[in-house]
Amino acid sequence: MRRMPGCRVTGGGAPLVTLAGVSVALGGQSILSGIDLSIRRGEIVTVVGPNGSGKTTLMRTIIGAVAPTAGRITRAPGLRLSYVPQRLAIDPTMPMTLARFMNLPRRRDAAVVAAALERAGLAGLQARPLAALSGGQMQRALLARALLNDPDLLILDEGTAGLDQPGIASFYERIEQVNRDTGCAVLMVSHDLQVVMRASDHVICLNGHICCEGTPETVSLSPAYLGLFGGAGGALALYRHHHTHSHDDGQPCAGHTHEDAA
Amino acid sequence: MLDDFMLRAALGAIGLALACAPLGCFVVWRRMAYYGDATAHAALLGVALSLALALPLFPAVIVVALAMAAVVAGLAGRQSVDTMLGVLSHGALAAGMVAVSFVQGVRTDLSAYLFGDILSVSALDLGLIWGGAGLVAALIAWRWSALLLSTLSPEMAVADGIRPRTEQWVLNIALALVVAAGIRIVGALLVSAMLIIPAAAARPLARSPEAMVAATALIGSAAGVLGLGAAFRLDTPTGPTIVCAAVAIFAAVTTLGLTVRRRPA
Repeated sequence: MRRMPGCRVTGGGAPLVTLAGVSVALGGQSILSGIDLSIRRGEIVTVVGPNGSGKTTLMRTIIGAVAPTAGRITRAPGLRLSYVPQRLAIDPTMPMTLARFMNLPRRRDAAVVAAALERAGLAGLQARPLAALSGGQMQRALLARALLNDPDLLILDEGTAGLDQPGIASFYERIEQVNRDTGCAVLMVSHDLQVVMRASDHVICLNGHICCEGTPETVSLSPAYLGLFGGAGGALALYRHHHTHSHDDGQPCAGHTHEDAA
Repeated sequence: MLDDFMLRAALGAIGLALACAPLGCFVVWRRMAYYGDATAHAALLGVALSLALALPLFPAVIVVALAMAAVVAGLAGRQSVDTMLGVLSHGALAAGMVAVSFVQGVRTDLSAYLFGDILSVSALDLGLIWGGAGLVAALIAWRWSALLLSTLSPEMAVADGIRPRTEQWVLNIALALVVAAGIRIVGALLVSAMLIIPAAAARPLARSPEAMVAATALIGSAAGVLGLGAAFRLDTPTGPTIVCAAVAIFAAVTTLGLTVRRRPA
């Protein structure tokens, strides 16, 4: 099995990042309040929540781009984190080739870049302008650049925005593979509830505060989660059941309700 | 050699084009066009200050331009940036004009600060312009990669240990320097034109950020020299003629780009 150079798989130990009672207000408006969470080495943590629930702000706070107004953030000493944004804030105004982008902010060995692009399925596209990449290619390029840092923690903000269904599936396959191969922890924001089911060790349901959290199964059955997502939660529950047991007679299961049947 | 006023004017125009090139690219990439306007307009307040208190022009303009940047940074997030810059930009322009009118005997000279007076550029001015250009180039070259990454994604930059807010101040300081250097040449109203237009013209010609800066410097210099020559021949105001030359180059490049793109490969 291939391991990324330098990525350490020590496992266990102190969390990479810990948030204790973190609150964030932007422009006088409270966005996040009382957030307690920790991310351990090798873990895949997914944050789900409706629009405006503070998911992106939470990511930015963990990265350090936003300072908490209350509470404390502890990062493991020497923590290397990489961030994969939803999209770049560029448009056709900045000429930038893929190779140049991979070399920001530090110049890297051309062979290293070539190998990273090949792993991302972008072999030989070094001279291609970023603006000419497709949505899926762009996502893979962002991820490939993030992995060049050999991160301990990979943070993805809505990594699949703008991808089609097969694109989403292969993107997350890649994430899981990276997690398995390198042992780096992954924190991602997702709208994609099926992915939450499949890949995550820990799911956090966010709506300004943490509504509920736990394994994907616990969260998907939690009333707080179902209340927040309404129909979408129902769809998720249905999706799960297709894969666990069947409803021949259409009767609701004991212990929870099917929103879509209401 | 520097006795010839046309030669001094040409050197001044080229110096300004070089100072504007790297910064102009960032202004275009970061959609800071209005920000350049606001800083340039604030410079007029600096002019008034320098005239009223008999201070040297260059530092007075720089201080006021930086104060403007600080106000913008302080107000960020309270209103839409667009609206806020509109208020500050026009407020500074109007206040500057009113303030200048209080200073005895300057009323008639105001157009020299609004539109520049490149033909009266002195050897000292040239030193300031080229010194300013060198400083801007050094500043941006020093922070180049960090600035590029902060422009692409502030969060990605933070994750890489870069502070986008510090990098923003690098640009603010460079902008203040360029405005102070350019106010004698194209004036407060048109200095931001020299930031945006050559960079916009250079965009279709470049495949890398570095190449775009180089093309911007070339186009800006060409516009300076062509505009100067045209103004001399046609007896038109120099600063606006230089800007017109830049717009003409922009139009030519854009038209050419459209025709090339339309042709089937």
